[in-house]
Amino acid sequence: MITAGVDIGAKTSKVVILKDKKNIGKGIATTGLDQEASANEAFGQALKQAGIKLEDIEKIVATGVGKDEVRNAQATITEVGAAAKGAIFLNPDVRTVIDVGGEEGRGIKCTEKGMAADFAINEKCAAGAGAFTEAMARALERPLEEFAKLSLKSTKSIPMNAQCAVFAESEVVSLIHAKIPHEDISRAVHDSIADRIISMVRRVGIEKEVMLIGGVGYNVGFVDSLNRGLKLEVIVPEGPEFVGALGAALKACE
Amino acid sequence: MAEEKKEYWRWTESRWTNPDIDCKKGEVITAGVDVGSVSSQAVVLVDGKLFAYANRRTGSNSPDSARNAFNWALEGTGLTESDVHYTVGTGYGRVNVPMAQRAITEIACHARGANSMYGPTVRTVLDMGGQDCKAIRIDSKGKVESFLMNDKCAAGTGRGMEVFSDLLTISINEVGEMSLDVEEEPEPVSSTCVIFAKTEATGLLRQGWPKNKVLAAYCLAMARRVVELLDRVGVEKDFAITGGIAKNRGVVVRLEKELGLKALTPKYDTQIAGALGAALFAKGLYEKQKAAKK
Amino acid sequence: MLANYGFKDGSGSFFITIDTDKCDGCGKCAEACPEDVFEIGEDEIDPFREEPVAKIKKEDTKKIKFTCAPCKPIGSDTPLPCVTACEPGAITHSW
Repeated sequence: MITAGVDIGAKTSKVVILKDKKNIGKGIATTGLDQEASANEAFGQALKQAGIKLEDIEKIVATGVGKDEVRNAQATITEVGAAAKGAIFLNPDVRTVIDVGGEEGRGIKCTEKGMAADFAINEKCAAGAGAFTEAMARALERPLEEFAKLSLKSTKSIPMNAQCAVFAESEVVSLIHAKIPHEDISRAVHDSIADRIISMVRRVGIEKEVMLIGGVGYNVGFVDSLNRGLKLEVIVPEGPEFVGALGAALKACE
Repeated sequence: MAEEKKEYWRWTESRWTNPDIDCKKGEVITAGVDVGSVSSQAVVLVDGKLFAYANRRTGSNSPDSARNAFNWALEGTGLTESDVHYTVGTGYGRVNVPMAQRAITEIACHARGANSMYGPTVRTVLDMGGQDCKAIRIDSKGKVESFLMNDKCAAGTGRGMEVFSDLLTISINEVGEMSLDVEEEPEPVSSTCVIFAKTEATGLLRQGWPKNKVLAAYCLAMARRVVELLDRVGVEKDFAITGGIAKNRGVVVRLEKELGLKALTPKYDTQIAGALGAALFAKGLYEKQKAAKK
Repeated sequence: MLANYGFKDGSGSFFITIDTDKCDGCGKCAEACPEDVFEIGEDEIDPFREEPVAKIKKEDTKKIKFTCAPCKPIGSDTPLPCVTACEPGAITHSW
């Protein structure tokens, strides 16, 4: 059976194609003004990789903020439901999923069957999502990846007072002027966002194993801050941003 | 008449002396000094009546900013620092006002100042500053009944407006008027968060929206957000706005429409409310101190 | 007076309200709070009040949503320690 999952996020749209629950193709595209167009672009990539045609797919399930815009999907699943399903499929021992995307952060408590038992969410505020670190990297005039890596070189923990991305930008600029090493600024930024994410996830209760999914999973500085804050090692799967689309594709198999 | 210095583009410095008061005949002379993040004000009262004020840009440190505003307010009045019986400091830098005997929060001082400046009918005071937004409900004596201060989030502060002025490359002085130059009021920007609102605005510009329409959508969003904050303390008339954003008509006009209330028109510079309140508290505290000594 | 400490951002409204007319400054909220967000001291909003009053520490107001999170687990309605400890019933949370 061939199924597909489409995840239309605020920043990117992802597609995962499964054949008998095996990943045979995936695609990703920037979510522009036209969500359907970005879904089609991601679909094109995934179909090419899988070497199949759209008609070969038996069922498509959509998730993400733009899930209702995917016209070729037969069903939808909530972002939280898709994340839990995808995470448990990748690692059945996972009980807590931390999902941090560009504009939202979520903490999800999962059952062993891959169902979401409870969740907490931080939405509509950049301070609790990937947009926060992106804005700080811009303030330091460094590419995000380089900014994230810098954090690992830091030896000093300095607190950040601002709890708003806009105010934090000014704070970062004043830290730069105060000649604070960029690696320490990077760590301060990552510690501060990790703190907020951890407090949110604590509301659902943190139980091992803990998996980090979403595009922020690529940010090594954030992962390091998260591990230190949680006093454990979070699991970051390969392709952390595709876990929601994977969950949706699995839903299509049911 | 207020003397004005025009060299600062962001807002105008000013000072004023009341020609109807002979300070030599006054018994109690008190002062209030408000050191904010952007501007600093000093107000001098003679027997509780407004005698002189100065509104200046805040410098690199609070004590100097306080002294600059204080000295300018006294300049040419014939009064010196030693003639002032009691001074209260307020604002962000209130603990660093060298001539003050006591520091009192901006909330209390703005409430008291608004009561004096706009009269005893004022019940709701909104103070929109550069980095925070305060909503205060007061009684007829200027005593605070309910308040909140939002300084966590840039939405609804001058800073949020600056981000937009930057994005659209339009001077902060012009954004308000320009936002009113639209044929039809657009839907407000849907994101509260300034970072997300900026992304949204970039999308609108790409769709071909003119800058004034984007500004209109943002000013309306800002007005709605401020209404939400005011609702927490409870809105009652009369309504007054203090602080820098009172000068942005794009926000004020929309705010009045959303609330269904007109903001009172001030007699003096809206930015002196805090310092005026501080000076009034100074009078009360001085009299209390004198009574205790007897 | 209703003193609202906290913030509102895109994600919601997060305020702890202390009714200072009811608060007698006993300090039981401060003892009960596991995150140590309360302090008892002079009323900074009413300079003429002689009695001490409970307030939220300045450094906590901007992150109260996160600081208070441990007392607000999802799916549980356990009473909040500060609210329970306050005999005059002066404390309320907006979320």
